[in-house]
Amino acid sequence: MTQNTRPNSRLSNAQIAWRAAQDIADGAYVNLGIGLPEMVASYQPPGREAIFHTENGILNFGEPPAPGEEDWDLINAGKKAVTLKLGAAFFHHADSFAMVRGGHLDVAILGAYQVSQKGDLANWRVGSTGVPAVGGAMDLVHGARQVFVITEHLTKAGEPKLVEACSFPLTGVACVTRVYTSHAVVDIADGRFVLREKLPGQAFAELQAMTGATLHVDGEVADLVAPDI
Amino acid sequence: MDKRVGSVADAVAGIGNGARVMIGGFGGAGAPIELIHALIDKRPRDLTVINNNAGTGRVGLAAMIDAGMVRKMICSFPRSSDPRAFTEKYLAGEIELELVPQGTLAERIRAGGAGIPAFYTPTAYGTELAEGKPIAEFDGRRYVQERWLKADFALVKAHLGDPQGNLTYNKAARNFSPLMCMAAATTIVQVSRLAAAGDIDPESVVTPGIFVDRVVEVPHPQQEEDLVRAGAACA
Repeated sequence: MTQNTRPNSRLSNAQIAWRAAQDIADGAYVNLGIGLPEMVASYQPPGREAIFHTENGILNFGEPPAPGEEDWDLINAGKKAVTLKLGAAFFHHADSFAMVRGGHLDVAILGAYQVSQKGDLANWRVGSTGVPAVGGAMDLVHGARQVFVITEHLTKAGEPKLVEACSFPLTGVACVTRVYTSHAVVDIADGRFVLREKLPGQAFAELQAMTGATLHVDGEVADLVAPDI
Repeated sequence: MDKRVGSVADAVAGIGNGARVMIGGFGGAGAPIELIHALIDKRPRDLTVINNNAGTGRVGLAAMIDAGMVRKMICSFPRSSDPRAFTEKYLAGEIELELVPQGTLAERIRAGGAGIPAFYTPTAYGTELAEGKPIAEFDGRRYVQERWLKADFALVKAHLGDPQGNLTYNKAARNFSPLMCMAAATTIVQVSRLAAAGDIDPESVVTPGIFVDRVVEVPHPQQEEDLVRAGAACA
């Protein structure tokens, strides 16, 4: 699909989700967080089919049903109606989180307010006001073989989301393995951000300036390109 | 052995002020709406309620909170498409919140039912939800000690039930319910259909009857999502 791409000044949310989807193997067991991560399911490459897990007790669920066809006993963790694929399974919540913490998931994908160079994630609350709610985020960051974050590179206020140390309350410590942003793909290795892909039209210095910690280069930095979607 | 009771009012008998009550469901899936409203009719107060959420709209658990029956919520996600009942009480300082990560909540309930007083989990290590809890290292990683969670009563919705209390569930309405059935001193179940003894294949039983005390049939149970959409306040 890359032959249909052209350089972007940034990736859209759909394109970030597309990019993350390219790294999910056929047959992988995957949990997608609520919101932006859910979009990843739409962009699986042809010929690959991951098996999606939802914390509330379904393996191998599929697309939302047609409007009016919802079954409210068949929902995902975001409480949206889903359908089942062939070979689906139901289970209770303790088994569901055994799949998570027990190391049985291949990939978990979450959103972020901040990610630190050590792989710390802050994604559940930004301050001490209002009603706190954590859901399954603190569990999901532990146990999956790979923990991906997909996010804008900057906050709406223009602040870096990739930082030396998170200032917002933590979801987990040293748990993120890779970050897909609107501007880059960054691995977390040995307490450092290692740049793997950047937009072909953006200079490294410019990307570094919008990143709150040092971006290390260790091997090739590939072009970050995505189709127009 | 016959655990059947004739009405939802009889099913919730004995739940008094200050009781600790687990309520099954994840959002509306598995929420025992009829049992909850039977309990609202009796208005016990100062309840501690354990559920994944804290109600939506003005029905079910939200209606219990609106009625001022709940002193404390133990849950993972007290937000929803319409969380005003809990939010109003919380911001007014009229309800206490113990926020628990979802998988830890499930495991604490399971542990309560399984006679395991505490366990270690990686979840929440290094976060504010682990503050004050014992930490231990196993094989080079640090874990947080969490304690079991038990209750005086569990209110649960199941699909099929028999007089022995054996249960099956409907799709993802299962969620926390099998765990709560284990962890409560008295487990009260509304089933959409009462089956005769022997009609549930033993291979298909999800919750064995040993964990169940009372079974009441509620055919065609209300679904929280439909009530919220209809704007109903059936309390």
